[in-house]
Amino acid sequence: MVSLLPLTVEGAEVRRRGRRLLGPVNLTLTGPGITVVVGPNGAGKSTLLRLLHGLERPRRGRVSWSCSAEDARNGQAMVLQRPVLLRRSVGENLTLPLTLAGRTDAEAVARVARLLGLEDSLDQPAHLLSGGEAQRLSLGRAFLQDHEVLFLDEPTSHLDRAMTQMVEHHLASIAATTRIVMATHSLRQARALADDVIFVEGGQVHAPVQTERFFNAPAPEAARAFLEDFT
Amino acid sequence: MTVSALLPDLVEISLRSLAVSGMAAIIAALIGMPFGAWLALTRFRGRRAAIAVLNALMGLPPVVVGLALYLLLSRSGPFGVLGLLYTPTAMIIAQVVIVTPLVASLAHQVLRDLWAEYHDLLLSLNARKGQRMRILLWDARRALLTTGLAGFGRALGEVGAILIVGGNIDHLTRVLTTAITLETSKGNLALAIGLGLILIAMSILVSLSVHLLSRTERASRW
Repeated sequence: MVSLLPLTVEGAEVRRRGRRLLGPVNLTLTGPGITVVVGPNGAGKSTLLRLLHGLERPRRGRVSWSCSAEDARNGQAMVLQRPVLLRRSVGENLTLPLTLAGRTDAEAVARVARLLGLEDSLDQPAHLLSGGEAQRLSLGRAFLQDHEVLFLDEPTSHLDRAMTQMVEHHLASIAATTRIVMATHSLRQARALADDVIFVEGGQVHAPVQTERFFNAPAPEAARAFLEDFT
Repeated sequence: MTVSALLPDLVEISLRSLAVSGMAAIIAALIGMPFGAWLALTRFRGRRAAIAVLNALMGLPPVVVGLALYLLLSRSGPFGVLGLLYTPTAMIIAQVVIVTPLVASLAHQVLRDLWAEYHDLLLSLNARKGQRMRILLWDARRALLTTGLAGFGRALGEVGAILIVGGNIDHLTRVLTTAITLETSKGNLALAIGLGLILIAMSILVSLSVHLLSRTERASRW
C-alpha cells in the first residue's frame, strides 16, 4: 500500500466571506504517532483538522500528500466534532464505510461494536442514541476504515471516564502504525497520549513541539497563558 | 339519464384520470427527483440561475405548455409523424412537462437540506457522487414520496394543456377535468358538479395520503 505521509502544508489559509479563519499554516506530519491540537475555544482547531482532511479548501497555499489524491482520500478517516448520523439504524451507520467500499466484514463490525458498547443497539434507529453513544458510533465508523491517518475532533468530549479510557487505550495501541491528529480540550489527555502538541490560537497554528517541552516550557506566551488558565 | 347508465362512463373517465395523472407523476418523479438530487450535490457556474429558472418553471402556464406541445405534435410539427396528438400519451407528456419542475424543485429543497446535514460525513468517507445521490434519495424517501404526491395532485387537477393535446375525445382522452369543462359548456351543471365532486374526492384522497405520510414521518422520523 502506498504511504500517504509525509503530509505537507505550505502557506495554507482558510477564509470565509473574506475573513481569514486560519493560517497561513506551514506544517509537516510524518510517520505514525499522536499529535494533539490544543487551544482556546474558536481558535481554529477544528478548521485545522478539516483543512488537513480535505473538508476545507485552502484559499491560498496547499495541502499535499505524498501519494495521489484518490489514495490520500482512501487512506484517512476523521471523527467529526458533531457526529453525523444517517437516518438509518445504528448497524447501517456503523458499517457505512464498508458499504461505500463495497465490502463486508461481520467479524470486524462485531469487534468494533463490542469495543464501543454498541452491540445491543445495532438494530435500533440511530437517532435514538444519546450524545455519547453517537460519538462512540462515530469512532466505530473511523475504526472500521482502513486508514494510515486518523483525524479526531474532540472524540471523547461526550464520553464517560471508563469509555474515554478505553478509547485512549485503543488510540495508544494503533498509534504504532497510524498517524493520529487529535483536537482536544483535555490537557490530561494531551499529556497522556501526545508525542507532540500543536498550539492553535486566533487562527495561528504554531509548529508542533514535543509534549514534554510544551507542558514544561510552553511557548509562545499565548500557550503559557492558555496552560495557566487550566491549572 | 339515470345514474346507473352514467356509471360505466364515470368509472372509465375516473380511471383514465388516475392512470394519466399517475403515470405522469411517476415519470416526473423519475426525472425530477434525480435532477433535484444532482442540483443539490453539484456546484457549477450558473447554479443559482438554474435553481431560479426551475422555481419559475413551477408556475408554467398549462395552456402555453399545451399550445407548444400541440405545435410539436401536430401533423405538420416535428413530431407529427409519431401520431401522438389526441392520445392519452400526449396528455401524459403535457402533464410531465408541467409537473416535473414542481417535483424537481421540491425534491431539490428536501435534498439540499439533507445534503447540508450529510456533507461532511459523506465527503470524509470519500463517497462517490452516485453513492451520495443514492444515499440522499433513499434517506429522504418519505419526504420525496410526499413530493411525488404533490406532483400527482397537480397533474390530477390540470385541464388547460390536456384539453389542447388530448382533445377531450369520448372513450379515448376524456378525463374528469376535461369532462367537467365540457359538461359546464353544455349547461349540464348537475353532471359537472358530480364529476367535480369525484375529482375533489380524489384530491382529498391524495391529501389524506400526504397527511398520513407526514404523520408517519413525524412519529418515527424515519
